[in-house]
Amino acid sequence: MTASDTSRPLPWGWIAGVGALVLVPFSGLGSYPLHLVNLILLWSFIYTSWSIMGRFGLVSFGHGAFMGIGAYTVTLLWNHFGLSPWIGIPIGIALAVVAGVLIGYPCFRFRITGHYFALVTLALTEVVRLVIVALRDHTGGSLGITPNSALKGTDYSIVGLQFTSKVAFFYLLLVVWLFGLWVWRRVDRSMARYAMQAISQEEDAAASVGVNVTRTKLLFTMLSAGLTALGGALYGQYQQYINPDTVSGIAVSLQIVFAVIAGGMFVQLGPTVGAAFTILLAEVLRVFIGNDLHALDSTIYGLMLILFIIYMPNGILGKLLEQRTPRAAPTVAPARH
Amino acid sequence: MQCGLDIFMVEAILNGALFGGVLALLALGLNLIFGVIDVVWICYAELMMIGMYTVFYLHKVYGLPLAVAFAAGIVVVSVLGVLLHQFIIRPVLNQEPINQLLVTGGTLFFLQAAATFAFGIDFKNLGVSLPSLELGEIQLPWSRILAAGTAFVAMLLLWFFLKKTYLGTAIRAISQDRAIMPLMGVSPDRIYLVTSAIGGALAGLGACLLVLQYDVHPAIGLSFGPITFMVCVLGGLGSMIGGFIAAFIFAQFIAVGGSCFHLEWGYVLAFVFFIVMMFIRPQGLMGTKA
Repeated sequence: MTASDTSRPLPWGWIAGVGALVLVPFSGLGSYPLHLVNLILLWSFIYTSWSIMGRFGLVSFGHGAFMGIGAYTVTLLWNHFGLSPWIGIPIGIALAVVAGVLIGYPCFRFRITGHYFALVTLALTEVVRLVIVALRDHTGGSLGITPNSALKGTDYSIVGLQFTSKVAFFYLLLVVWLFGLWVWRRVDRSMARYAMQAISQEEDAAASVGVNVTRTKLLFTMLSAGLTALGGALYGQYQQYINPDTVSGIAVSLQIVFAVIAGGMFVQLGPTVGAAFTILLAEVLRVFIGNDLHALDSTIYGLMLILFIIYMPNGILGKLLEQRTPRAAPTVAPARH
Repeated sequence: MQCGLDIFMVEAILNGALFGGVLALLALGLNLIFGVIDVVWICYAELMMIGMYTVFYLHKVYGLPLAVAFAAGIVVVSVLGVLLHQFIIRPVLNQEPINQLLVTGGTLFFLQAAATFAFGIDFKNLGVSLPSLELGEIQLPWSRILAAGTAFVAMLLLWFFLKKTYLGTAIRAISQDRAIMPLMGVSPDRIYLVTSAIGGALAGLGACLLVLQYDVHPAIGLSFGPITFMVCVLGGLGSMIGGFIAAFIFAQFIAVGGSCFHLEWGYVLAFVFFIVMMFIRPQGLMGTKA
């Protein structure tokens, strides 16, 4: 995927792939497998959003903050003010972007990078989680909150963005996922990407050739934060239940980072592979081991994660692509001293 | 809402000071590791959690004396620290720093899941309760006084070790110049292992003190881990004195803020304070330029 192939023919692989996906609900898939597919699409979108900044060395441990802001803004506006998610989602995205700027601007201005950046964003995600818990009179605290049902005897509500049918959500999430991949591609082809790549390798050198370091980083952070908030909002609409630990806080923030690493941080479909891999791994282990052994799946996943970071930091898809075309390896060199 | 300077506030401040002692002890080990090996153990609090389980099982389930259980807890975590360094950190030592953060983050995930798998998700109580020290109307739990006192002693001992012994001098030297020391005949590998063992032992000591105050459960690391890194970063990563001061500042935010409003708000204030301080003094209170 080099930048020079702008005049290539129609992407037949993509057209065939998306065409096949569109037909998935007609393949006689049961309700539960379809639910898994929906979850994979939803998390893929969130992971892709994270990787937009993560692949340039802006490793955020705080994306739970943006997800939580998106999810809670939409649900609270709907429950307390009856405001439709169609209005709530843009507000949630705007708030997450503001949070991204508030945390990002000083970080980038004062050159907080690497693990310092990771720790500052970690603090942000905890702030969001604790505020949600502390405002328990309005947010339901640790018990979580369910959006008021907009379905009064009907199967769907466009205004409330609620559907009983998983198929409807499937198409919605498919579109959103493709949108995420499209944004990724647009960013990948943009001039800002080159600026960002330069920054991720040598900040001073990039600045010396006229790259506005702070502004470029901020741009990527805002984009990533906004998309993640959208993902959080859709998570709330799809699951019809959110709680502070599943949409904000350290646990979900780390889940995002690790799934992307497992899939491949530096390739377009890496986060998607990461989502499919982690969700299916949990399912497969559950089927084979049963429900009696709690957390064995996450134990194995945790172990694999460690091995991934040590032995294949480019993730599953990154590794596969690397072996097929050894020279088209990662877009960003992961090793730097 | 108790925000006046009354007896409750005095109690909150004193309790905060004692909590600061515990945080200082936790930060001590993490700072030592960072100062010497230049790696942040994100899974530090999870190692502590394993130590708490060790003490719990040996004392409560197998009925060993508390002192033996404590000693075993410290040894187990110390060994874990060595294993962590040897098998997980060493392979990525020369990679980008963020990979070291991620690999210990993966370890966090693994230890948490493994603990859930092995011990279940229920809260386990050691069943040892120390009385409280009563000063007039103020009550201070002995477990906290003990923890803060131990933290001070451990800090002093570590300071003597680093200043007065040959090994301590080697550790300090290697933290100052990683490239030159091997030429002087100091093996970094050995120093790193010793440091990991000491860092692990400090986490184990923290585990012994915490298991007296809190029930152990697989997610307990998440309540202490983030705050411990923030204490270290606020103090200046690698600066043990800075970490000590930062621990007390942080603990006061939590105790006084929590007493004024609600416990979570104390934490919110502390984290916001941390973020603001990062912008004002990114190198930390006592850190050299980051």
